[in-house]
Amino acid sequence: MQRIGVFVCWCGSNIAGTVDVKAVAEALKAEPGVVYSTDYQYMCSQAGQNLIIDAVKEHNLTGLVICSCSPRMHEATFRKTAAAAGLNPYMVEIANIREQCSWVHKEMPVGTEKAIILGKAAVAKVNLNTSLTPGESPVTKRALVIGGGIAGIQTALDIADAGFPVDIVETKPTIGGKMAQLDKTFPTLDCAACILTPKMVDVAQHDKIRIFSYSEVTEVKGFVGNFDVTIKKKARFVDETKCTGCGDCVDKCPMKKNPNEFNMGMDNRSAIYIPFAQAVPKVATIDAGACTMLKKGKCGLCSKVCGAGAIDYTQKDEFIEEKYGAIVVATGFNPISMDKFDEYAYSQSKDVITSLEFERLTNAAGPTQGKLLRPSDGKHPHKIVFVQCVGSRCAACAEKGKEYCSKICCMYTAKHAMLTRDKYPDTEVYVFYIDVRTPGKNFDEFYRRAVEEYGVNYIKGMVGKIVPEGDVLKVQASDLISNKQLHIDADLVVLAAAIEPDKSARPLATMLTASMDTNDFFTEAHPKLRPVESPTAGVFLSGACQGPKDIPETVSQAGAAASKVIGLLCKDKLTGNPCIASANEMMCNGCSSCERVCPYGAITYSDKEFRMPDRTTQIRRVASVNPAVCQGCGACTVACPSGAMDLKGFTNSQIMAEVDAICK
Amino acid sequence: MKLSYFPGCTLKNKAKDLDFYARRSAELLGVELEEIENWQCCGGVFTTSRDEVATKLSSVRALKDAQAKGQALVSVCSACHNVIKQTNHAMQTDKAFADKVNRYMAEENDYNGETEVLHYLEMLRDKVGFDTLKEKVVNPLKGKKIGAYYGCLLLRPNTVMGMDDPENPTIMEDLIKALGATPVVYANRNECCGGYIAVESPELAKKRSNAVVENAKAQGAEMIITACPLCKYNLIKNGADIPVVYFTELLAEALGIKEDANE
Repeated sequence: MQRIGVFVCWCGSNIAGTVDVKAVAEALKAEPGVVYSTDYQYMCSQAGQNLIIDAVKEHNLTGLVICSCSPRMHEATFRKTAAAAGLNPYMVEIANIREQCSWVHKEMPVGTEKAIILGKAAVAKVNLNTSLTPGESPVTKRALVIGGGIAGIQTALDIADAGFPVDIVETKPTIGGKMAQLDKTFPTLDCAACILTPKMVDVAQHDKIRIFSYSEVTEVKGFVGNFDVTIKKKARFVDETKCTGCGDCVDKCPMKKNPNEFNMGMDNRSAIYIPFAQAVPKVATIDAGACTMLKKGKCGLCSKVCGAGAIDYTQKDEFIEEKYGAIVVATGFNPISMDKFDEYAYSQSKDVITSLEFERLTNAAGPTQGKLLRPSDGKHPHKIVFVQCVGSRCAACAEKGKEYCSKICCMYTAKHAMLTRDKYPDTEVYVFYIDVRTPGKNFDEFYRRAVEEYGVNYIKGMVGKIVPEGDVLKVQASDLISNKQLHIDADLVVLAAAIEPDKSARPLATMLTASMDTNDFFTEAHPKLRPVESPTAGVFLSGACQGPKDIPETVSQAGAAASKVIGLLCKDKLTGNPCIASANEMMCNGCSSCERVCPYGAITYSDKEFRMPDRTTQIRRVASVNPAVCQGCGACTVACPSGAMDLKGFTNSQIMAEVDAICK
Repeated sequence: MKLSYFPGCTLKNKAKDLDFYARRSAELLGVELEEIENWQCCGGVFTTSRDEVATKLSSVRALKDAQAKGQALVSVCSACHNVIKQTNHAMQTDKAFADKVNRYMAEENDYNGETEVLHYLEMLRDKVGFDTLKEKVVNPLKGKKIGAYYGCLLLRPNTVMGMDDPENPTIMEDLIKALGATPVVYANRNECCGGYIAVESPELAKKRSNAVVENAKAQGAEMIITACPLCKYNLIKNGADIPVVYFTELLAEALGIKEDANE
């Protein structure tokens, strides 16, 4: 039999204002197992905690019920108090008589009655509490960063600078991501390459960082501190250790007519290629689908001209297995396809382009060497229309586009418009918008400058139709403020396409058992208080894989994710939460219901031998819970049809005892 | 293959060509179009007011007739197809509307949108197949540059009509290709011709129709095809200087049965 002490807190007048705390303490004294009951003004204060410690010693208490605020607030505090008094911390139960009682009731009798009932439930539970001890698991002191854009780069650098080894896995032949494709960056207009490429070099030269470029994660097993990851290094048919990046092979390759992904397909590259001059690693890659040597066994020119002897047509995909303590997802974003938006005639005219294509058109390393020329005829456009929110903020029923705001478009469109007016003052620029959203440091000032100093025509309203006719684009739009239909003959139209998570994110989330929202953005553990952690322990989020973000925000989140990883890798051992599920193997019927509902992938099934009462041996399929992965959510205990799953600290019998006490 | 057929009023007088060539071509392609008995006018426009029942009853009767024979219901006029398809959708999804209609009809069996509704173009694409059609072409229209004109009723509302992408349709372009001609894609191919506004404001209809024809010509079209009698009327009435014909006429020409027309 337990010897239970009940401690009713006033919380100043927060509780005592609507709950008769003395009556609660008196009523609970009569409950089975209760040997001591008292009240105090602030139980969480040092004096209150001392009162508890003294009472434990004086009355030989074995369990505590604290009637106070939400356990989210002070459960940890009172567990420490219990430990200080020599009790197991899990012998404490909190009856929440503040948030769930005094704050929601106005009448003293009602509040008091409910507080007594909540107290009785807690007493009933403590009567069944047992001591729990958290388990421990070791930590592999190495981090994996998936994605090598600015988010992944920053996270990797921060973790590596703290002294931990980091591997970056990037699916493209080079790191750099979307930022490498940008021209200038808002709101300061520094050139993207000038601030990004030094960081890429830092990554390449860092002795704690390894880059797996042209690679993918294909399998993830294990749990926080102990992930086993398989990485596929795709065959690039070039020996990375020998290639010097001189580019002779690129010049000599006869297969020159392949769309250049880096320039958004606006010019061509050869079958063997280096994506751009500052690529890291600066190593050539052969596009197997375009190379005649690989397809037909004819050519071999690159191999002949390569002074380093780096070309290897026989190279195969290679699989690498590595252990990691933490995984950071930094898979980034892509602009959505314009297929469903042909009212803007994207498929009909080369002069209707997306904003990312515009970045390449104005970039000195782009297809036009930075001269703003129309893709169709190479002429300088004199009238440009920018359309914002193409596919963003679409109604849920629209069957196309995204419901959310893509967040970055207002600012980059203001940048494009301003830079166009700055370089080509003879060009008229129109921007059609739903709202202009500029919440960010120096953002609104930037937008105002585009309007006031650079004379960009901002028009509230959307473009309804673009009709290519001859060499003009007839733009039909509404001007909501002057309530007019506008017809503009434009030379170039730029669509601010919505952004969406990279397609690799969904299969990756499945591998990691990390949760996603309906738009395939990774979900954070708490939208406000744990924004860079996935609910899955040991998985962290960096950059636009979690939601649309600009560069400053991405870099902050990347650093925050790194600090969380460092905090994890600093530990030699991880102390788990002892309130985890466990399966009673004798009762388990092997149905897999628990495995299917577990959001963390903590439950596995295996065949085990059982000695039966009649001395025979039977092999049965039973569930087992990985204590390091289980987060104690309890979903499996509800799903289990035979009652074999139980959650320590919240056992089925404890919950039933609480319910009985409330319903008595 | 036997399918129920709803011609519609206009196809019995102003738009006889649309109907005539549709039937003859179907025959050649092995599709028997069985005209619904005692069909009535579709109403011309699908009223969006949900308590309006009377104007939708003729569509329901046609749909029930097809259901009784276990056939899909085909129509070729854009407007008829639009009204019938939207009415059928309302019968499927709007329980209150369907109840009201069924009570009003007071017939033995209730109807709840079971009949498959097809436009003639869908029939060609999904039941006959453009590949099969291509094989039957005896008079390929080589070198003809043809602009498909969809108008508005054929494709919208997309959630109900579901025939093709309303902003970037391809079904008529695919037909043109199957007939051996070259489709001309132009942006205004899914814009409205002005429709009935021609009665109230001829100037506005002229503006709308001209925008379609001019855009088609600018992109190189030498001929426009349509499935809608009203579109054809507006385009020609407002001075189209390239031929505007029904797609069924073109189909018949390619299938080598055009000369049968003057009956």
